[in-house]
Amino acid sequence: MSDLLVTGAKLLVFLGVFLGAIAPIMVWLERRFCAFIQDRPGPNRLGPLGLFQPLADVFKFFFKEDVTPSTPDRALYLAAPALAVLPALVTFVFIPFGPTVEIGERLVPLIVSDAPAGVLLLLAIASLSVYSLVLAGYASNNKYSLMGGIRASAQLISYELAMTLAVVAVLLPVGSFHLSDVITYQQENGWNVLPQAIGFLVFLIAMFAETNRLPFDLPEAESELVAGFHTEYSAMRFASFFMSEYIAMTTLSALAATLYFGGWDLWGIDDWLVSTGSGLFLPEWFWAGAVGMTILVAKAFVFLLLFIWVRWTFPRFRYDQLMRLGWKVLLPLALFNVVLIAALTVGGVL
Amino acid sequence: MVPVSWYLLLAALLFAIGTAGALTRRNGITIFLSIELMLNSVNLTLVAYSRLLDDHTGQLVVFFVLAVAAAEAAVGLALFIALYRHRRTIDLNRINLMRW
Amino acid sequence: MEMVIFFLFAALAVGSALVVVLHRNPVYSTLSLVLTLISLAVLFVLLGAPFIAALQVLIYTGAIVVLFLFVVMLLNIGREEASGERGLLQKVAAGVGALALLAFVALAYWGAYGTREVGPLTEDFVSLEVLATQLFSDYLLAFELVGLLLLVAVIAATVLAARLGNTPGGGESDPALPEAGEEGI
Repeated sequence: MSDLLVTGAKLLVFLGVFLGAIAPIMVWLERRFCAFIQDRPGPNRLGPLGLFQPLADVFKFFFKEDVTPSTPDRALYLAAPALAVLPALVTFVFIPFGPTVEIGERLVPLIVSDAPAGVLLLLAIASLSVYSLVLAGYASNNKYSLMGGIRASAQLISYELAMTLAVVAVLLPVGSFHLSDVITYQQENGWNVLPQAIGFLVFLIAMFAETNRLPFDLPEAESELVAGFHTEYSAMRFASFFMSEYIAMTTLSALAATLYFGGWDLWGIDDWLVSTGSGLFLPEWFWAGAVGMTILVAKAFVFLLLFIWVRWTFPRFRYDQLMRLGWKVLLPLALFNVVLIAALTVGGVL
Repeated sequence: MVPVSWYLLLAALLFAIGTAGALTRRNGITIFLSIELMLNSVNLTLVAYSRLLDDHTGQLVVFFVLAVAAAEAAVGLALFIALYRHRRTIDLNRINLMRW
Repeated sequence: MEMVIFFLFAALAVGSALVVVLHRNPVYSTLSLVLTLISLAVLFVLLGAPFIAALQVLIYTGAIVVLFLFVVMLLNIGREEASGERGLLQKVAAGVGALALLAFVALAYWGAYGTREVGPLTEDFVSLEVLATQLFSDYLLAFELVGLLLLVAVIAATVLAARLGNTPGGGESDPALPEAGEEGI
């Protein structure tokens, strides 16, 4: 029973902090940063630097008129936005946000679910996000939405392969599926991004495709398919899709930070911080968790900035270009990377 | 502690449901889905036996069943598409050119 | 605790299996299959096979059922019409046959291992190392053959679903799409 309480507490803390910190900031950051890139002021009326803009956006979503199409599949139409948020949130539980700390007499690993197949389960649940897109496209009773939905799911399953292979290459020298073991390995051997640069490149590109962000956002392209699979959704339902996209971006950024950039560990700075901070007012485990989480959030933020930056810089891929890139370029590259890393691991270099 | 034989019974139940579906329905896709259900019940049986006999062979066979099911689904669905293009229907009662 | 999870997901599995088999609309059948597969994955975890569970979700629900969904949506397969003359007799016969099969199989299982006890799950049993070692040593031939099988399946599927004659423009686009102009897409 106490195990359940501890897991519940970890879940609340992690999800609360991460999503509470990231979601409103992302909405604001997207608009300000893109305005900066486009050499214009951006939202600056609501509060200093337009910081209350996300609040206004939320109010707007609550009060917007809810226009729904006449569709024979109403249950699917209503279920699709909920189905979008669920996998994005659940994949969060496998990401470690701190070392194994001692609370009272028990060792508590600072990860909501330290499943033996952690990474595999994360990828598996992330692959379920295809369904919301397909169902949204199908149930909208609209040929543009259907096209958007089909294209989106084809894109997602194609790039999922390359991403999984890149992750496999990371796990080869580590020898375990626990994400905490990946971080331990990086603590001893340096960040994974250097020996696995090819894998990181593949993962980065696949990350953009998996979250339907430019340059891979053909499914929701604003100028191409009206608005793709979420054409017929307005107000809170559109906000669900919107939020699920940001949450997926955050999860994948945190995953990239964990797999390639050391996760919550920052070359031992966290150890030093914890040893100086502990005993001040709060127990050591609190400081370890707080420092770890801050470092992870900071690293995820760098990736999120990259997401926004790329979005407002590059043009969009056409559908056949997108498919060609996924199958003919990324997949062979990822396979080559796996073979290379396997050879290096067996040879004793890694 | 759940006795492992309950998992076996559940698998048998799912297999029976799948069989009933495969025999009764006329829609080709639904028959295919019932067959997938039967395959999954076999997977559950294999994993349950693997637990019961403390041997990993069951889990490995499930691995192969998964791969074979994927191959079979791909080819089967391609066949359905080709069939649909020809006969404009998936209703298996109407696809009876080879019947007497 | 394990009892609660088992009953919850077993009931979910049986319920969604019934929906798969009984529902008129193939889209809802496919989605119920997803639910069944996920419940089965949870049961796999309870049985000490988390990797098989993850593979099940990743491969089966993440790819195979998506393929099913594609085909159902692209071919616009509508609801099944009413059964016709021998419909009820057929259903009753199938139901009775299924029950007989269930009784048969259940008795066979129960007779063999009905009351056997198992120890708690050990770290070795759940570990991936043993599984992987066996896969790549004892079952290496089967592994390679399955790879070959998948290759054959890809080629077969591409050939079977391809359009006859010239393919217009974007040849890499989904070969599962029927000829342009015939469907709404």
